Amino acid sequence: MIGNLELSTLQQLWWLITSLVGSLFVFLTFVQGGQTLILTLARSEDEKSLIVNSLGRKWELTFTALVLFGGALYAAFPLFYATSFGGAYWVWISILLTFVIQAISYEFRRKPNNFLGQRTYEIFLLINGTVGILLIGAAIGTFFTGSNFRLNDYNLVQWTHPLRGLEAAFDPFNICFGLFLVFLARVLGTLYLTSNIEDANLVARLKKSSFTNLLLSLPFLFFVLVQLITMDGFTVDPATKAISMVAGKYLDNLLSMPPVLIMLLSGLILVVVGVILNRFTKSRSGIWPSGLGTVLTCLSLFFLAGYHNTPFYPSRVDLDSSLTIYNASSSHYTLTMMSYVAILVPFVLAYIAWVWRQMDSRRLTLDEVTGNSKSY
Amino acid sequence: MIESIDPGQVNWARAQFALTAMYHWIFVPLTLGLSVLCAFFETLYVRTGNIEWKQLAKFWMSLFAVNFAIGVATGIILEFEFGTNWSNYSWMVGDIFGTPLAIEGILAFFLEATFFAVMFFGWDRFSKRMHLFSTWMVALGSNLSALWILIANGWMQNPIGMRFNPDTARFEMLDLWAVVSSRIAISHFTHATSSGFLLASLFVTAVSSWFLLKGRHQIFARRSITVAATFGLLSAMFVAFTGDEHAYITVRTQPMKLAAMEGLYKGKKPTGLIAFGVVNPDKQAGDAGDPFITKIEVPGMLSLLANRKLGTFVAGIDDLVWGNSEHDIVGVDQKIRYGRQAVTSLADFKQARKAGDASSAEAALTKFNQNQEFLGYGYLKKPSDAVPPVSLIFYSFRVMAGLGTFFIMLFALFLIQSARNKLPANRWLLRIGVISVFLGYIAQQAGWIVTEVGRQPWAIQGLLPVSVARSNLDSGTVAVTFFIFLALFVVMLIAEIKIMVKQISLGPEVSKS
Ligand code: HDD
Ligand code: HEM
Ligand code: HEM
Repeated sequence: MIGNLELSTLQQLWWLITSLVGSLFVFLTFVQGGQTLILTLARSEDEKSLIVNSLGRKWELTFTALVLFGGALYAAFPLFYATSFGGAYWVWISILLTFVIQAISYEFRRKPNNFLGQRTYEIFLLINGTVGILLIGAAIGTFFTGSNFRLNDYNLVQWTHPLRGLEAAFDPFNICFGLFLVFLARVLGTLYLTSNIEDANLVARLKKSSFTNLLLSLPFLFFVLVQLITMDGFTVDPATKAISMVAGKYLDNLLSMPPVLIMLLSGLILVVVGVILNRFTKSRSGIWPSGLGTVLTCLSLFFLAGYHNTPFYPSRVDLDSSLTIYNASSSHYTLTMMSYVAILVPFVLAYIAWVWRQMDSRRLTLDEVTGNSKSY
Repeated sequence: MIESIDPGQVNWARAQFALTAMYHWIFVPLTLGLSVLCAFFETLYVRTGNIEWKQLAKFWMSLFAVNFAIGVATGIILEFEFGTNWSNYSWMVGDIFGTPLAIEGILAFFLEATFFAVMFFGWDRFSKRMHLFSTWMVALGSNLSALWILIANGWMQNPIGMRFNPDTARFEMLDLWAVVSSRIAISHFTHATSSGFLLASLFVTAVSSWFLLKGRHQIFARRSITVAATFGLLSAMFVAFTGDEHAYITVRTQPMKLAAMEGLYKGKKPTGLIAFGVVNPDKQAGDAGDPFITKIEVPGMLSLLANRKLGTFVAGIDDLVWGNSEHDIVGVDQKIRYGRQAVTSLADFKQARKAGDASSAEAALTKFNQNQEFLGYGYLKKPSDAVPPVSLIFYSFRVMAGLGTFFIMLFALFLIQSARNKLPANRWLLRIGVISVFLGYIAQQAGWIVTEVGRQPWAIQGLLPVSVARSNLDSGTVAVTFFIFLALFVVMLIAEIKIMVKQISLGPEVSKS
């Protein structure tokens, strides 16, 4: 069945799948957001423990989502993987390092004789939640602002900026997008912790904090949205495959793909709804509308970047080197085979959801954390 | 395809990959084996209802967790590095190589990640059986991840199921099943996972022996040893069996690697096995020097092992480099000539395509197709470039196989002594038990050195030399990251060891429940 699909259909399908994984990852960065709260929001060692242990039950899912996002991009769009990772070297290495130090921190933080001391591991978690997310935002931002590379006849990448990718973090659009993601992650972090922890004091502060962080994210969001609909964008001529710059490209994409526009708006509204529920009602489930909203918003951004004759990884120094989902993808055969494998994804999601529900059917209390020798 | 190759950069990139992969492999085999042992201990608890088995399971789990965290932390580095340091590789073979990595993420890593949380925090939130199930899922997940990554690696050792597409100048997959079911991949998997079981058994034996030496937790330690020595003996025998099978396949797929493993320069009929030898450091491929300074040879043995038949011919390095018409071996020298033709016609083809000259393009393509299977050889400078570093591979192989034999005897001894209830008194055996875990780590690393260094100069055997697989970076950049990783790894390792030692010395009481 899948083998009969057109190559272009498969390419679009795989852009959808990778976008979905990427968007789920952004939702799951509530872990990173939560990590940035450890040092600021917790007032006592006990509160810290609660936060860390609540996040500690989920951090691996976020991490694995990132790994899978990378893996899916590699398998479906290898030229992107080669170009971006091999080209924008320093930005990826930096992101990588922030995740490496995260991965050991939960387990090592409170173990006796842990060499670096508890505080260091908490700082590692903070770095991961701030610098890591900011740089991921900057890297995704280049889907719209473009990067500095050139491909030769054999698709070997040559990067033309000495900072090798880190320059992305100095572009206002990318920075604002990155900062928006940082605050969004904090919002999601407060919402998740509210839903997961049983501690009246802490929850009251989490509820306030969710609203504050939402407010803090808004200026960056506005800047990003205004830029997005006014900026020049990259476009590819479907007939000649030539790439050029046009004014108002992303506005045009939004208007030509009404479902994407609807996703973007409803996504943003849902994020706000979740926070309002959390702040002004007794509800503890704000994470779900906001989480869904995050996924929809991110999906719409990925769609804007990749569909409707738009190169998703544009080059600003050599327009023709830009990558589209069509010229960067794997072969028909590979995409077909991977589509068969992707049929298993719903089962994976199902067991994750099931375990999640079982684990979280009771909220986490201080007694449980202190009573369990395995606690982080 | 490559304008200028900076050998310094390639070597830094190799050093960096070797560093990160070998570091990852410190933690991986213990994860593979200890996850299974933990599941086994927990199964005993659920079946007997005896709380002591639960304490045992929990103690080993706490050590597992420390090791696991750092395994996860280092795995993601490798995944990124394929893009950052081997970007041309990622482009040239991403169509094939990316698939197992993506499948690994979907099928294996999520199993580990999801059920790991249950294994550690779900004791009171899940039923006994469901908890046991989760522990087994973690074990299954880690071993499944080994399967997929080794399929990827197996494909690099023996690329099949694909073709070269001149339009895109890359390799494209034709047959996923061929990639998945490749004999070398399966053999990798069985050998590497069982070596992980072996290492974990050594680990449990070592820690328990230490307890016995100190006179602590006697019952606990003896129980652990009984389980671990049984599991270890079985694994060790299986490791030896699959290792032999592995070598047999290597003769067929990577004869140069096998020749290097044996330090065999001139193929003979029959060929002996060097049981012990000191490699002559001045020996070069093609010269008349003796490969060994001293050696003890078992006559005819290699023929038997390599071809399952006495008196048969095994190709040596010189035969493979300069050809051997008597045995139908096309030499590397010849392959380089074909390969250069392929490189030239591919460039002509690209040129003609660009200029819109269809007939020249057609002609160039026909020429290319005649030589395309040798394309990779076109990038080698001279025939002897195809020879991997012999002495490193020769010694590594002997260290691994020698230790493999030793471990079989070790576990057998432990089993006998523990059955006769003589263990606590047998202090020298306990001391050897403690030390052996380090030998296990050495054997593990030696194994990968044989596999990976033996593959040099190829990133993908016969298709893509490492020098072409690289990214367009300057050596300074890669050198800086090398040292960043090195520093990070040293710090992480110190932290890990300190925590482990502390957890062990605290002993199983800390996990009361
Ligand atoms: C034979 C087994 C094996 C081999 C050869 C490798 N790994 Fe590994 N990897 C594992 C077996 C494993 C594991 C046992 O499944 C780990 C170790 C600890 C852990 O948590 O999972 C793991 C973790 C792990 C992770 C973190 C997964 C997570 O999110 O939980 C990544 C991204 C990789 N690996 C990637 C790689 C790459 C790109 C490799 C190739 C160079 C590689 N591994 C070699
Ligand atoms: C974890 C176990 C592994 C270890 C210890 C290991 C070891 C090594 C070593 C020592 C090298 C350097 C060889 C040299 O340059 O002389 C190397 C290179 C390399 N290995 Fe492995 N390897 C492992 C697993 C893998 C796997 C599973 C893959 C692929 C999926 C892989 C792919 C590569 C690549 C691409 C290189 C770089 C190119 C090269 O130098 O050959 N390795 N590895
Ligand atoms: C008893 C005898 C053993 C034999 C005959 C043997 C044989 C081999 C062979 C032929 C290879 C592959 C080289 C290639 O790529 O062609 C290999 C690889 C390897 N060996 Fe062994 N081995 C033995 C014992 C061990 C032991 C005791 C360990 C570790 C505890 C070990 C760990 C490994 C590892 C990790 C690899 C690399 C992964 C792989 O290629 O599967 N081996 N071994």
